[in-house]
Amino acid sequence: MARPIDYELFPERLERGSFFTFLMWLGFWGVLFLAGIYAAYVVFAEGLGVTGLNNYFAFGLYITFDLAVIALGAGAFFSGLLKYILKMDDLKNVINLTVIGGFFCYSGAMLILTMELGQPLRSWFGFWHPNVHSMLTEVIFCISCYLGVLIIEFVPNVLEQKQLNRNKFVHAFAHNMHIFMPLFAGLGAFLSTFHQGSLGGMYGVMFARPFAFREGFFIWPWTFFLFVLSAAASGPCFSMLIVKCVELCSGRKMTTWSIKTLMGRISGTMLAVYLFFKIIDTYHWAVNTLPGMGLTFDQVFWGVIYGKWLLWLEIVILGVIPCIILLTKSLRETPFLFWAAAIMNCLGISLNRYSVTVQGLAAPVMPFDTWEIYVPRWTEVLPSIMVIAYGVLIVSLAYRYLPVFPQEKELNAKAEA
Amino acid sequence: MAGNASHFKIRWGMAIDLDKCTGCGACVVSCQVENNNAPSMDGDDKLRTVNWLKVYRLENGKTFPDADVAYLPRPCMQCGNPSCVPVCPVVATDKNEEGGIVSQVYPRCIGCRYCMAACPYHSRVFNWFDPVWPKGMEKTLTPFTSTRPRGVVEKCHFCHHRWNMAKEKARKDGLDPMSLPEDAYIPACAEVCPTGALVFGDLNNHDHQVYKLAHSPYARRLLERLGGDPQVYYVSRREWVWKQLDNYLPGEDPAHGTKAKGGAHG
Repeated sequence: MARPIDYELFPERLERGSFFTFLMWLGFWGVLFLAGIYAAYVVFAEGLGVTGLNNYFAFGLYITFDLAVIALGAGAFFSGLLKYILKMDDLKNVINLTVIGGFFCYSGAMLILTMELGQPLRSWFGFWHPNVHSMLTEVIFCISCYLGVLIIEFVPNVLEQKQLNRNKFVHAFAHNMHIFMPLFAGLGAFLSTFHQGSLGGMYGVMFARPFAFREGFFIWPWTFFLFVLSAAASGPCFSMLIVKCVELCSGRKMTTWSIKTLMGRISGTMLAVYLFFKIIDTYHWAVNTLPGMGLTFDQVFWGVIYGKWLLWLEIVILGVIPCIILLTKSLRETPFLFWAAAIMNCLGISLNRYSVTVQGLAAPVMPFDTWEIYVPRWTEVLPSIMVIAYGVLIVSLAYRYLPVFPQEKELNAKAEA
Repeated sequence: MAGNASHFKIRWGMAIDLDKCTGCGACVVSCQVENNNAPSMDGDDKLRTVNWLKVYRLENGKTFPDADVAYLPRPCMQCGNPSCVPVCPVVATDKNEEGGIVSQVYPRCIGCRYCMAACPYHSRVFNWFDPVWPKGMEKTLTPFTSTRPRGVVEKCHFCHHRWNMAKEKARKDGLDPMSLPEDAYIPACAEVCPTGALVFGDLNNHDHQVYKLAHSPYARRLLERLGGDPQVYYVSRREWVWKQLDNYLPGEDPAHGTKAKGGAHG
């Protein structure tokens, strides 16, 4: 079979599909990406009035999506922490992929954040006029710095591209960057822990919003810790789902089943820890915090759209069930159940981010106030799809041209022979 | 940044008599005109209106002949422990000036709307579009307050410019600008109220009427138990109205609501 025209750019001794098919694939996702860019243009040109946001729903899909991708992108920091600091060497087989996942999640979130601000050109004010009391200030600082760390972690993988790596300086530079990776992994873990926490803290500190408010430890509300734990619980699963998608699209094996189940077990363990505290937190909030504000548990839920089923779905169906699957060897070793649990885990954490953002604002506080319904508009939906398309483009390009999966050659050798 | 208003010598506040308010809306109109609030692009969309002061209609839920209504004007509560101030990432809103008015610095605001999310009163509004005054209507603009661009949050500040003018006048007249006589400074809404339902003054000054009204046994504050320490008081002699000013569990007496543990973070 004729070699694709870009064969010389492929990772050493690895097969890739036809260039035409790859271009078609890029074209499809490129169109979706451009549709999001168009929506961004409309928002920047017309103002946030073209979205479904209003004075009642100050936050909506933009923030929900940002929180979700930042939580799912936590696979990068958590895997880095386990590999470089806690020396779980097996994770070297997926560490590049987790970094790429983290990179597109965080850079994608930054794209959305610029649209979310009413005055995006003033976004640097967060550094110039910081309010040290605001959790959002900490988020602005840590996310920006952590994106820098992710870029540093991603660069060696890019420099290992076959043609680039022929240059002696680039080769030596990439090699030496690897030596310093534990330092950046530690820095990334520190920054990521704080901004994941501060994202949760943002809601917990709103003491006049009963749905969101939580008591806590020192200056940190319990949501601070819950967001860190839930991100660590969903990140590894999301990374494995990306691996699975790459395998399905390429028809090749990227890593072993044991590595996947190891990541699943890590996710399951973190999910169990998270759920333990989340259930205690929810119980305390329902029986102490809310009554202290004059409200009952029933009053902060409404109708179908903001009903209690959302809470049960989040904690039981998309929390406890995947946790049991991921922690039980016989269930975890069943591929269908394993992947179902990984998807449910990620959906559960995303649902948590939705509830705390949208339902937290929908629940009226003044007794004579009313419940309102938030419906996102196309100007919010398309940029979210844009970030997904952006992620697919990054992963596709990385898979085709960079040595992302160390085990790929070995695992596919038999099939190629 | 101040987290507590107790150290202010002057604490501007308002007492609103809900038994006097007829819901005429003159306060809303005067506020709109005084502060150059931009006309709405779509007047039907009440969730996007740039109103600093909104009038709510309260009902007792009974049928004729026992049906009763009250109208509740809601300016910014200028909370002593504001939920909006500590969350702002860029210090675009603060409560650090003598008088205890929660400020909003438009050129500093980045439009993240976190303050809006934190405020349970919906006192803060966002400029969703560029402000446009229809041809001819620009003549109604006042020189007292700047107009605000698209993408920033704005709110009631008790017509702060009027306080500046009152202080200037006091200096010119040889008086102490920090000890103004009653009514030397009142916001547009209180000035225009035809029934005198809105009374404005210094909550720390025992000679001001607002001080007496705030200490009346009929005075309550909106969502007081959340711990925001609002500087706006509502006066009513109707118990069903009190019950709608805060959240109460079944069996709780509005006269003895407990304070929640809010506001300890940050």
